[in-house]
Amino acid sequence: MTSSRVLKNRAFEAAMLFAMVVAFGTLAVLLVDTLVTGWPQLDAQLFSDSPSTQPEEAGARPAILATLYLGLIVLALSVPIGVLTAIYLEEYADRKRWWNRLIEVNIQNLAAVPSIVYGILGLAFIVRGVGIGRVVLAGGLILTLVVLPTVVVASREAIRAVPDSIRQGAFALGATKWQVVWRQVLPAAIPGMATGSILALSRAVGETAPLIMVGAIVYVAFDPTLLGPYTALPVQIYNWTKQPDPTFQTLAAAGAIVLLAIVLSMNAVAIFLRNRYRKQW
Amino acid sequence: MSAQDATLGQTGTLALPRKRIRWGEVLVQGILFLAAAVSVLTTVGIVVSLLVPAGEFFREVSPRDFLTGTTWAPLFEPAHFGVLPLVVGTFLISLLSALVAFPLGVGVAIYLSEYARPRAASVLKPALEILAAIPTVVLGYFALTFVTPLLRDLGVQVEIFNALSASLVLGVMLIPTVASLSEDAMAAVPRDLRQGGYALGADKLQVSTRIVVPAAISGIIAAFVLAFARAVGETMIVLIAAGQLPQITFDPRETIETMTAFIGATGNGDVPTGSIEYKTIFAVGLTLFAITYAINLLSIRLVRKFREVYE
Repeated sequence: MTSSRVLKNRAFEAAMLFAMVVAFGTLAVLLVDTLVTGWPQLDAQLFSDSPSTQPEEAGARPAILATLYLGLIVLALSVPIGVLTAIYLEEYADRKRWWNRLIEVNIQNLAAVPSIVYGILGLAFIVRGVGIGRVVLAGGLILTLVVLPTVVVASREAIRAVPDSIRQGAFALGATKWQVVWRQVLPAAIPGMATGSILALSRAVGETAPLIMVGAIVYVAFDPTLLGPYTALPVQIYNWTKQPDPTFQTLAAAGAIVLLAIVLSMNAVAIFLRNRYRKQW
Repeated sequence: MSAQDATLGQTGTLALPRKRIRWGEVLVQGILFLAAAVSVLTTVGIVVSLLVPAGEFFREVSPRDFLTGTTWAPLFEPAHFGVLPLVVGTFLISLLSALVAFPLGVGVAIYLSEYARPRAASVLKPALEILAAIPTVVLGYFALTFVTPLLRDLGVQVEIFNALSASLVLGVMLIPTVASLSEDAMAAVPRDLRQGGYALGADKLQVSTRIVVPAAISGIIAAFVLAFARAVGETMIVLIAAGQLPQITFDPRETIETMTAFIGATGNGDVPTGSIEYKTIFAVGLTLFAITYAINLLSIRLVRKFREVYE
């Protein structure tokens, strides 16, 4: 190789390493900066007290609890609906029918809808449609719709990865269609579905935009209930970010540490599951 | 797959003495269809919830004034409802973040696909997912409290709330999206093509830029368009770091307002139902929805046009 060629190759490799450094460097700086800023406020008070106008007395207990409730609602709704939709599309739907193609294209489009638009949907229905109000359940329903396309796409991929020979074998033994799906396809697809569902759930937990539209009052001084007013952890962080008092800024960072801990540990579990149960057929 | 199933089913029924409807199976299929219908109902819900109040809005404000007006001041007297400042703000942010995310994302993808050893790649890819998993509210906080002061220390005269910090952080947030989709496309390029290149005396740079990238271009373009659509729809980073000052400017150091930030800020306050302010949320939301929908259609088109099929 001529030396100019060597030089060009080196420069190209350096440019790509630069891209890696920007991506991972930013991630590292963000994590360290949040930890360092929020650490002084990351104490028992954050987990035991309610939000307050006095930063020294403010905590995030109701917000953390509400975020856990929201997560449970999303889990309970998005996984069954998402998995059943995926089974329908992969195992039952006849693609020659226009309504099945409609469902498929529709899910693709929904995945590209900005999450704040789901917030508008929620706002419209809460304010003038069904009068359930700005409550935890409403927030959970909206978040379920936000992540549903993700769950469907991941579950479809998991189902598609199950080889056809397994289905054929079960059919040959006289199993009905549902027996094949329930006893053969689903168990084989569970690790993939679990990974996708956990990732979707972690997205729902960190999602802020739809919730600032449909809920989330600033000062909630009591533990949330399913049908009561609430503020979620990401929304609480946002509200603290808006306060001029710098102590609230450190509170926001402390809240961010808690949120990051929840979200990143869910991601770690998902990645672990995927590596552990990666099957070679 | 379904064709094979069908043949199996047919032979199965032929072998049976008489045809019997299994009601359990029919019931299951009905339940599955209902679950699938939820997503269609969601779309209908979104469209209806946007169209009805937006229709009321356009009875009070002419669509022409809305789409061509250059002043957005729904709360002032006299009120102005020109959406252009919000649209310009949105595109300023999206274009700037694309400038960050597109080259860096493709760089990361080429590195992971062509240069990194398989073991290194198997660690780096999940790490990239962690970057993608950071909640946007945390990224917005980071843009406001870290990136903006950093820019000022570096001598860039930015406002406290500015488009630049938000775009930079949003751009970095989009790197994993661009990288992972592009990397998938590059991994699908057959090895023969690379080896053919090397056999002709090409070096790694030439193989990467003249063989792998052109062969994966449909996937890379899809990644770009998807990332751009995300940038258009991103709310929290711009709401926190770019501000709420609707103005037509192309100077990223200034405070601006995007469509999403307007919706978020207005929806967060106590807006009286039925007021014109309340209806602006839906008019702007409809505009945002239409733009992201158009981008999505464009991406499907582009992918079809540039697709290179390999075995």
